[in-house]
This record gives sequence, C-alpha cells and structure tokens, in this order.
Amino acid sequence: MEKFISHTGTGIPLRRSNVDTDQIIPAVYLKRVTRSGFEDGLFAAWRSDPDFVLNKPEYSKATILVAGVDFGTGSSREHAVWALQNYGFKVVISSRFADIFRGNSLKGGLLTVILPQSEVEALWGAIEKNPALSISVDLESKTVSYEGHSVSFDLDDYTRWRLMEGLDDIGLTMRNLSDVEQFEQKRAKFKPKTLPVLS
Amino acid sequence: MTVVVRRGVRKVIMGKTLAEKVWEDHVVRRTAGEPDLLYIDLHLIHEVTSPQAFDGLRLSGRKVRRPDLTLATEDHNVPTLNIDKPIADPVSKLQVDTLRNNCKEFGVRIHSLGDVEQGIVHVVGPQLGLTQPGMTIVCGDSHTSTHGAFGALAFGIGTSEVEHVLATQTLPLAKPKTMAINVEGSLKPGVTSKDIILAIIAKISTGGGQGYVLEYRGSAIRALSMEARMTICNMSIEAGARAGLIAPDQTTFDYIQGRPHAPQGEEWDAAVAYWKTLKSDDDAVFDKEIYLNADELSPFVTWGTNPGQGIPLNDSVPNPQEFTDPEERTAAERALVYMDLQAGTPMKKIKIDTVFLGSCTNGRIEDLRAAAAIIKGNKVAANTRMMVVPGSARVRLQAEAEGLDQIFLAAGAEWRSAGCSMCLGMNPDQLQPGERSASTSNRNFEGRQGKGGRTHLVSPLVAAATAIRGTLSSPADL
Repeated sequence: MEKFISHTGTGIPLRRSNVDTDQIIPAVYLKRVTRSGFEDGLFAAWRSDPDFVLNKPEYSKATILVAGVDFGTGSSREHAVWALQNYGFKVVISSRFADIFRGNSLKGGLLTVILPQSEVEALWGAIEKNPALSISVDLESKTVSYEGHSVSFDLDDYTRWRLMEGLDDIGLTMRNLSDVEQFEQKRAKFKPKTLPVLS
Repeated sequence: MTVVVRRGVRKVIMGKTLAEKVWEDHVVRRTAGEPDLLYIDLHLIHEVTSPQAFDGLRLSGRKVRRPDLTLATEDHNVPTLNIDKPIADPVSKLQVDTLRNNCKEFGVRIHSLGDVEQGIVHVVGPQLGLTQPGMTIVCGDSHTSTHGAFGALAFGIGTSEVEHVLATQTLPLAKPKTMAINVEGSLKPGVTSKDIILAIIAKISTGGGQGYVLEYRGSAIRALSMEARMTICNMSIEAGARAGLIAPDQTTFDYIQGRPHAPQGEEWDAAVAYWKTLKSDDDAVFDKEIYLNADELSPFVTWGTNPGQGIPLNDSVPNPQEFTDPEERTAAERALVYMDLQAGTPMKKIKIDTVFLGSCTNGRIEDLRAAAAIIKGNKVAANTRMMVVPGSARVRLQAEAEGLDQIFLAAGAEWRSAGCSMCLGMNPDQLQPGERSASTSNRNFEGRQGKGGRTHLVSPLVAAATAIRGTLSSPADL
C-alpha cells in the first residue's frame, strides 16, 4: 500500500446523504476479477445526468470528494473504494461513514475523514464559490485546511500509523502467527469444519 | 454483577452482553493501542468479492490457512434459468470460472451451479449446520449478519479483509458498542419478522446502528422460528450495524440438531452446554437500548430509496415537508421524485409491475410456504409479473417435494433456480427503467434491482397478496 502522509488537491461537493455503495458502483460493474478499471462504473447512474456534479468541467481535476451524511451504506463491495481510487480520489470527507465502507477505505489507502456536518457545509460552500480552492488533508497533524481555515479530525493512532507507513494488515498479522497457532490449539472440538464434505 | 474476593482484594465483575462474550472467546491477541485480533470460525466466499483476494494470495506466495473453515458457493452472478447450460454472459462466466479455479488451486470446498448444496451463502451455511451459536462468521457480503440469528457474531467484510482471513484465519477489529433492541408482545396475524425489522430501521434510521452490534431480545423475538430470526438479523446492516444477533435457545438447538455439520454424541452435549451460556447477563449494560411493541405492528412497506424510509402499509406516502430534519427532508424529496410518487397517495393504491419473492432475507422454505398458502387457488394479476427464486437448490427441492412450485406455476408465477437474482440485479434478473417492484429483498436503493427500477420492500405475505391484486396489498385485503 502507498504511504499516505498528506494530500493537497481540489474538492468536489456531493450534496447528497445516504450515498450507498450501489450508487457508488452498481452491481453490474462488479464482474471484473481485477482491482483496476472500475472508474467507468463510479456513480454510473448519476453520471448519465449531464448536470451531475462529476460531469461539471470545473470539478474534473478534483481529488477530494466532500459528501453528505452516511456515505457508503449498504453492500460491503470494496469495489466502491477501488472505483473512487481508480477515478482519482484520494480523500472522501463526510460527517458519517458506514462501518464496512470506512474499514475498506482505510485498508486500501483511501482516506475517509469525518468532519462535523457544519464543517462539511462550510467546505461545500467554499468549493462552490471557488472550484479551484486548494484543500490540504494532513495525517501528521490530523487537519483539513483551506483558505487559512483549519479543522482537525479524529483517527485512531493505529490506523494513522498504518496509513503513514503504508503497511498492510496481513503482513502485520503474519508477524504474530504464533499467537494464532496457540489459539487454534485450544479451540473446542465441536466447532464445525467444512472439510471433508459431509452432506 | 459478581463480587470476587481473591487474596483479600474485592473485585467487582460486571455482566457481559452476548456480543461481548462471543468477542472475548475469539481474541487471539490483545495489545494496547491496537485493534483486537479475532479468530474466525467460518469464512464463506462467493464469486464477486473473492477474485482479487485470491490474486493477492498468489502475488505474495501465501496459502489459504484453513481451507477446512472455508466454504464457497456461487450465488450473486449466476443465472436462475437454464442453469444446465454455460453462462451466457462471458464476463459473468469468467468470474464464476475464476472462483472455481481459485477453489481448486487453494483446496477450498465449493458448491457450484447444479450442485444440490448450491445457493445463497447465507442460506447454505445454516442449512448445512455450519452456522452455530458462539461462532465468528465472516463473508465478503454485508448480509452475513444473517447468521447472527444463531447467536454467532457474523458480519460482512471487504475484499482486503477476505484476503486477510484466507491468509491468517483472523481479522484485526475494533470492538463495537452494543445496542439492545427489545421487542415485547406478540405479532398479529399477517405480521412477520420482516415487518419487525422494517419498523426498527424506520425507527432508528439507516445510520442508527452505525458502530454497534445489535442484540434483538424480548418475547416477540423468542417466539420466532429460526428462519424468521434470520430475516431480522439479515437486515441489521440496513440499520447501519455490521452485526445483529439473538441469544440461542431450544429453538436454535432443535434447528441445528441432525444437520450434516451439527456436532454429534458427546460433542453435541458439550456444544449445547457451551451454547446455553451464550446470553447477555442480567446485569450486562448495553451502550444503548431501544424498545418496540410487537402488538402495535402491522405490515410494513418502504416508500423511498433507503430501507429506513418505511411506513405501515395502511398509511399514505409521506409529505417531505413534515420531516423536521433538513437532511431527511431533502432525501425524502429526492426519493419521491425517483420513485415517481405523490405525497398523500395511499400506499395500497400503488400499482406493482413485478413481485420478487426470494433473497437471503426471505428466500427460505418458510417464506415460500407462507407465500404459497396465499397464492394457492389465485392468479397473479394481469399486468403483474411474479418471480419466485428459492434461496438455495435444497430449498427449491424441498418446495417441489411439497408441491409449492405447482401452486406458483398454476397462478402464473415464474419458478426459478437458486441465487441472489433480482435482489441486486447483477445477473439478467433485472427491473426495466421505470418498472416498479414489491420485493422481499433487503434494499430499495436507486437502481438496485436494475437501472431506473423502483423498489418497495415487503414481507413474503405482502408480496403474495400484492401479486394477486396488482397493487401493494396485505393478505387481509384479499
């Protein structure tokens, strides 16, 4: 995973709440067996509307998506994270994310930042006033800054460290395999096994 | 609360909730400042969210650590007609073939299309007896919460986590908060567990359960069958909760006993002894509690584009201006435009083009029986289409043995093979733009069942009555 320390870019205001992962990428786009190429499915239904914010030329270079409350609800599809990343987004800001989407994003290096709804609205206003507005998201200081305004956000130290070091979880767990082996020794015998096939 | 005195030191031990007990029993490693590393007892996989995970294993030269705790089925992307012929869509075929090849390469058991154990992962696990109380169960599918009906801690994961579980049989996780949902009283005839969960989601909203594990409790929950409990736990994710569970009881034990992977002999006794400890202690403290009166519930239906936008079927389409929260008001306005509905229209006046009976929410044998009992001797309305898609090949066979297929076919409904089908519209089973469905599935998102499609979530009973009348209806309207 690529390290994430800070990112500076322009934003795009997505003034919608409850953006579920079926909107982020509809099921018919989930048939690929790779992790790339999902950008064509990103917000596919909404993008067919020429007035949709992603179709506006002033936001074409944006890398920071600023969305309404409850972003990423519904299906666990990590393709939603890949679609956002494949399209070019580095950061998503919202006042609340669905649990599974948030987990997926932070595993994959797409930074999801939780700000109070009032700050999200202030940011929407600032971006709409000036689409070229430069926004910086810094993990070192855990802040989002623009136009001399700076607002801090929360992220647990462990996840922050993992993102800043670009470490993937599997490698970290592999260091502790002896704990897994010890645990397996004392698992109850009645726990079911899928093999051999008994049906 | 228990008071323990050891070496003269008095220590107070607070009771634990069910979710905390299952969590604590699976902690492999706990270090300050890090998420707990949890052991995973059962990992279910399917064709859509696993290919990139297997690819990851190959790239780093890793194996599947415990193929004997892993099970694959084909469900999301498979056709429900002509399943004996090759899959027509080459992209879908490649995805299914990729799963088959990965399972072969890594030694994972798979139930493919045509196999008697094939079906939706969340129907297959319980049916085989692989879903048992006190287990941790994960799958790259958000409706894994279904298995919580057995008192298991079960939740959906992303593909990175699928790879992590394949490689290590563990997951690093932050401990969630707990919420008790107390449902007391008894359901009136014609009211089902689907109506309970739709009412809960309408009450707490799609974000209300975010960060929590839900525990469904109370006399109304105790009275439910295992299949009805699965319907409730299934939709925990629609309230924003990654997992929802119900304490196991005799109903649970009776359901499991005798299934292929149920413990046997002495192991059965040991298992039941452990399972009986799996309930929230009387003095356990939940982070949040909510209450619902089952006596007051009536058939529920959604009017909008998220599962929290639901009302009793007897009500009318709400007026967005009546929502005090500005976000909710805007969402309601948008939803009515998308759904092409006018505020004030009685829900029962809404015409339905397609009725979908199936999915991991309501595609089990009891659901098919309940719907067939209403359909029997009636005809599906002239301008309405009804699709019946059993949750698994076994459910289909059981239904056919009971003659349910003939009841549906005689009424003019379609009888299909097992899979996720129109619940998510990934295979050819999709709504056309502008088409309106009454669906026993779990999500009414924009375009969920096909681009431009409009979905009303309902129980199997409402689905059956709606198919006959052609407008949203309850059995009492027949």
